[in-house]
Amino acid sequence: MRINYIFAAAAALGSFVSTARAQVAIRGETVYTMAGEPIRDGIVIIRNGKIDEVGAASAVRVPPDFTILRAAVVVPGLVDAHTCVGLTGYLNQPHDQEQIERSAPIQPELRAIDAYNPEERLIEWIRGFGVTTIHTGHGPGALISGQTMIAKTVGKTVDEAVMVSEAMVAATLGDGAQNDKSPGTRAKAVAMLREELIKTQAYKKKLAVADETKRPERNLRMETLSKVLDGAMPLLVTAQRHTDMSAALRLADEFHIKLVLDGAADAPMLIESLQRARVSIIIHPAMQRAGGETDNLTFESAAKLRDAGIPFAFQSGFEGYVPKTRVVLFEAAVAAAHGLGRDAALRALTIDAARLLGIDKRVGSLEKGKDGDVALYDGDPFEYTTHCTGVVIDGKVVADKPR
Amino acid sequence: MRIQNLQFVALALLAAGAACANARGLSFSQGPRVADSASRPVVFRGAKIVTMAGEDIDDGVLVVDKGKITAVGRAANVTIPANAEEVDARGKYILPGFVDTHSHIGAPAGGDSSSPIQPDCRVMDSIDVRDPGIARARAGGITTANVMPGSGHLLSGQTLYLKLRDGNAIEDLLIKLDDGSAAGGIKMANGTNSRGNPPFPGSRAKSAALVREQYIKAAAYRDKLKKANGDPEKMPERDLNMEALVEVLDGKRVVHHHTHRHDDILTVLRLQKEFGFKVVLHHVSEGWKVADEIAKANVPCSVIVIDSPGGKLEAKDASIETCGVLERAGARVAIHTDDYITDSRLFNRSAALAVRGGMSRRGALAALTIEGAKILELDKKIGSLETGKDADLAIWSGDPLSVYSYVTETWIEGKLVFDRSRARDRLVAEGGRGAGEPRLDLGCCAADGEDR
Repeated sequence: MRINYIFAAAAALGSFVSTARAQVAIRGETVYTMAGEPIRDGIVIIRNGKIDEVGAASAVRVPPDFTILRAAVVVPGLVDAHTCVGLTGYLNQPHDQEQIERSAPIQPELRAIDAYNPEERLIEWIRGFGVTTIHTGHGPGALISGQTMIAKTVGKTVDEAVMVSEAMVAATLGDGAQNDKSPGTRAKAVAMLREELIKTQAYKKKLAVADETKRPERNLRMETLSKVLDGAMPLLVTAQRHTDMSAALRLADEFHIKLVLDGAADAPMLIESLQRARVSIIIHPAMQRAGGETDNLTFESAAKLRDAGIPFAFQSGFEGYVPKTRVVLFEAAVAAAHGLGRDAALRALTIDAARLLGIDKRVGSLEKGKDGDVALYDGDPFEYTTHCTGVVIDGKVVADKPR
Repeated sequence: MRIQNLQFVALALLAAGAACANARGLSFSQGPRVADSASRPVVFRGAKIVTMAGEDIDDGVLVVDKGKITAVGRAANVTIPANAEEVDARGKYILPGFVDTHSHIGAPAGGDSSSPIQPDCRVMDSIDVRDPGIARARAGGITTANVMPGSGHLLSGQTLYLKLRDGNAIEDLLIKLDDGSAAGGIKMANGTNSRGNPPFPGSRAKSAALVREQYIKAAAYRDKLKKANGDPEKMPERDLNMEALVEVLDGKRVVHHHTHRHDDILTVLRLQKEFGFKVVLHHVSEGWKVADEIAKANVPCSVIVIDSPGGKLEAKDASIETCGVLERAGARVAIHTDDYITDSRLFNRSAALAVRGGMSRRGALAALTIEGAKILELDKKIGSLETGKDADLAIWSGDPLSVYSYVTETWIEGKLVFDRSRARDRLVAEGGRGAGEPRLDLGCCAADGEDR
């Protein structure tokens, strides 16, 4: 076993090096482009990191010097719409936990790019199942815990990995926002958020005065929240109970901010409000355990959102114990099997997630001009016993050990 | 809350009534559905029967009478009792009820923070049979579970092997052994979870030393008992800790040993050799590193299959390949949920992921059924579908290793305990508003069900 392990690692490394700069053609018995019907016996041509051509094998010519990868099923690289990997390390020891800073309840100035570890083992782990893009950053557990970022699951530095350095501002409502001191209640939590946003409104106003000498000094916290008020950064609110979800809708309404709801265990109870607010939801992991605030969880949450026409995407979320991360592919699989269906689950895992995150011009579907991010499987990607047989990011083979 | 509950109860009863009518419509028989082999035999027809004792049977027939399997085989070879209630399982799979060798459903508690070794503590004195986790386990096709205290002690207490029958009190779920005692083991742990400030051990060597001391003490206690030979004058004073450990030394109580890291696994094997107790290695995250040693020791494994490594230091090299590596090394392998860590409703998923990681399909199904039964020393009663065994089974909508399959019915000792066509049971299986409410869970459909 030890020997096998080393061989596998060597093989993976070898193929990475040999194909790193090659041009790639991927041939699939079924190619789900997520832009039109699936293609039987299809080919995806990736040139210089970008998708150059997609079509039936009979209609696409593969240039002679291209490396050809084959698989039963080919899909766009998967998008995990909310995780904390890269900040929450797999060892779960104090030195590798960067997703939460408890010194104050409101710290939007904390940037994800200053905490992201691109070499964290869990990034490689989820990449091995086909996840190529992650929305990650500061986690739930403080009223405002910090910022999030969007990255590819490759890169030796954060600069190499990052797609969007300031994606959203992460907030939590409910038990997770409360601590020993303040906020200690739901009402106080919302009051504190409103006060902070009102302060930010005043800060923005002062910044806009004509006389430069009368403008306030730079304030990182206010600067970040100004981006929320301006709509440049959505407020990502993790809220499970309907009361907390309603409070988030109320805030969004009062301050005209772009809201993305996260978790939303009680979403099936609030369908009409959610429809009216035209809010997008990053739904709780399908296999998240029920209890406490999440007592009403159901495997069918995603199916119910789909039925109501509410935009949603899947997440692996944050895990505080064993296993240290979920795999978004597995969560989507359970949702697929519990009412959502295969096609809708695959959409939510690729193009819908990309749209929700505002990166659909680059990823989420196999279309000419988009990034060469592709996941290969030896069967239905959602079946427990299927393997991910290859992962390509920006045209480079980054995983080829069946997993 | 009370009013809401009652409204829900009314709705659930209406829905359940409709569902029952539907189930009758599907059945071949004319009479109302009793779904209890205590009153009349039940025959399951048309399914692919995965007996776990020989080949699978396509279009099989399984007959149950008074809680036991009385016949199983091809339709042509089985005589059907005249008055049997028929269950149409055409197009479905029937499997033995799953045996979960490591679970925390029912909110079990063992020892407290007073000492690292507490054999006197029994989960029997803590389990809540109304815990929604028990109903969820039935929805996952689990019929027997080893319910254990946690791993925060070197020895956290006595475990119970439970049949997940409908019950009002823990006594209703016990498995009685021939001597009248309740079947169960003892929970031990090494590695990091059981470490702490004194009196808890601060190192691995100290952990082993503390355990060895207690077993040496127990051996001396047992000697005194033997010498006294029943003479009340000579008997040592009763000592609950020692009594439980003597049961371990005598092989009456199997040690279920939490152990992750390769060196911790070998420490368990070393202690087992010294004291001769029966032991099962649980979790075994790094079992893939010492698979040959495990196989050679002929000690069975109960493995957890998780979605990623890490979460704590001793699980940093956890792998979905562990089950396959152990299987190929010739070790005996069962799989467990460790519910709350994984969801009992998706126990089949753990086995399927083991297949993804290289285990054989047959081995994975055995790891959910007969291998678990052997680990609990209950394989004469459960774990496979054979004549004479308890009628513990689940009907699956399709291949039990597929994500798209689900349990339609679970039967324990010939009695229907989970029926997806009932509103209450579907709520348990899928989740949703009210699914986590333990009083509602039993109260809504039990005959004397109000506000228990």
